[in-house]
Amino acid sequence: MALLSKKDANLIKDPLGDNNPITIQVLGICSALAITAELKASVVMAISVLFVMGVGNVVISLIRNIIPSKIRIIVQLVVVAALVIIVDQVLKAFAYDLSKTLSVFIGLIITNCIIMGRFEAFALGNGPRRAFLDGIGNALGYGVILVIVGFFRELLGSGTLFGIKVLGDPIAKTGLYAIGYENNGFMIIPPAALIVVGIIIWVQRSRNRALIEEA
Amino acid sequence: MKDKLHQLKLKYQGKKMAPAFNALHTFLYTPNETTHSGSHVRAADDLKRTMNTVILALVPCLLFGMFNTGYQHFSAINGFPENFSLMEHFLTWDNLWVGLVTVLPLVIVSYGVGLAIEFLFAVNKGHEVEEGYLVTGMLVPLIVPVDTPLWMLAIAVAFGVVIGKEVFGGTGMNILNPALTIRAFLFFAYPTWMSGDKVWVHEAVERAGTADAISGETVLGSLAQGSDYSYSLADMFYGFIPGSIGETSTLLILLGGLFLVFTKIASWRIMVSAVVGALVMGLIFNGVVNAGWLPEYSKFYTLMSFPYWQHLLVGGLAFGIVFMATDPVTGSQTNKGKWYYGFFIGFLSVMIRVFNPGYPEGVFLAILLMNVFAPTIDHYVLKGNIKKRLKRFKTATIYPKASDEVDTLKTETA
Repeated sequence: MALLSKKDANLIKDPLGDNNPITIQVLGICSALAITAELKASVVMAISVLFVMGVGNVVISLIRNIIPSKIRIIVQLVVVAALVIIVDQVLKAFAYDLSKTLSVFIGLIITNCIIMGRFEAFALGNGPRRAFLDGIGNALGYGVILVIVGFFRELLGSGTLFGIKVLGDPIAKTGLYAIGYENNGFMIIPPAALIVVGIIIWVQRSRNRALIEEA
Repeated sequence: MKDKLHQLKLKYQGKKMAPAFNALHTFLYTPNETTHSGSHVRAADDLKRTMNTVILALVPCLLFGMFNTGYQHFSAINGFPENFSLMEHFLTWDNLWVGLVTVLPLVIVSYGVGLAIEFLFAVNKGHEVEEGYLVTGMLVPLIVPVDTPLWMLAIAVAFGVVIGKEVFGGTGMNILNPALTIRAFLFFAYPTWMSGDKVWVHEAVERAGTADAISGETVLGSLAQGSDYSYSLADMFYGFIPGSIGETSTLLILLGGLFLVFTKIASWRIMVSAVVGALVMGLIFNGVVNAGWLPEYSKFYTLMSFPYWQHLLVGGLAFGIVFMATDPVTGSQTNKGKWYYGFFIGFLSVMIRVFNPGYPEGVFLAILLMNVFAPTIDHYVLKGNIKKRLKRFKTATIYPKASDEVDTLKTETA
């Protein structure tokens, strides 16, 4: 990490591990539950949020000294909304099917607490370079969990990864299905995401006991 | 053997595997430890005794389930016998044999996987193995269809024990009934194996689509499709109908329930109020039909016009009320709370049955839902009691009357 100082590197590293927005701060759960039934949707969602957070944090950080503090929430909303519209239009133009799957949840990035949280907590008080790193770091932390959850849900629920039948064909009974394996319908429905996220939190906390709060 | 275990226990005291040895030791013999100081209550009804009593109450259901598995299997192939006789057609070695080879593996998998996980957690966390799984392990095979694939059962048991129980802190700390968590997981994960007309009779799935195809729809399943069923009331009461393994015989469940009430293991309040709740909901539905508010082509018509008291005879309602709703850990603790808790279980079970034909068996959903609400019910019962006593205290006249002493007393105690 010669490129970044240790302090800056931590801006990216922390949200990936011990300060993860989903598993530690428990933010952005709604979209994590809704769109992680397929890995492809998870990845696209992660990239969308990465774009919105990276650019949004820089924009807010650049104008942080001229935003009147009374209306700063509105200004932040306008910035996110503009970025989300760009993402939405791009998806509609180049990946129409996927945009259908993600439906309302791209629009709902606006209300994702992680984004507003980082604008409020970080971009308003730091320079554009650090704000950019912080945005990228938090979006990556969010994306990593999304991809992990999406991986398990799609693999166990549909037997596919990115739509490729990795476990064999359930109708023609090939691969694992030949010996009686069946897809787990429970993994397709949103409550399963809650349980997978819960298990990730469990694993993370038992590996690093400092994260456990005092009862 | 006994002495050897004592020695083993001493040898492994404080070691990692100690809980595993202690569990085996307590399971087989009375523990040799005695309390040395302080006062203590000597009572024989410890957790082990409680669990064994419930298992005793379940054994008739299990045996009946085995015979019924065979009976349904052969009847589906050869047609139901015309002059039914208990000894000739039901209690036969053939029926028992089919039952044994299908049901015993379920019991073994349920206990094997569940206890393995319990031991694993106990050894890892360094606490003793609790007896809680003994009953769950027996309940699970009784509430699943006969042909449930064993690997599915194993996954569901692992899920139920870990997510339903161990993450909350093990026996006594769980919010949801583990056996029902396992049932719910199976239902949502593998719906094709848990509902429909092919799963309730042994080998029906394998035969589907061939010339030997057999079908055994449950009474509720037929009703949900608006068609009639061919079982008499006596069949339903004695349990000669298709269904999950242990839930069909209302008679034996009733006997088990009475046994549990007389041994004071299960709460009669929950059982009675759940029955009342189911009857009330059934009566409301019958009333709606009788008043002519519901047109006959409505998809709810057949289920809503099903006589209210017969809801108790079909499906898992009776089994759920007696063995699941009365679970002392997940149910309400206060006596008043138990009335509300039980009532809503019966009420919601029948409601889910009728309004959602996709879930013909609403009992497990109703009990799980009320499991979640049980602490809230208790909370309000307690608060109500505190309020009542405060009110009583305020209006109470404390002798000696009309002296300064009263006011000082009041401020002191308030």
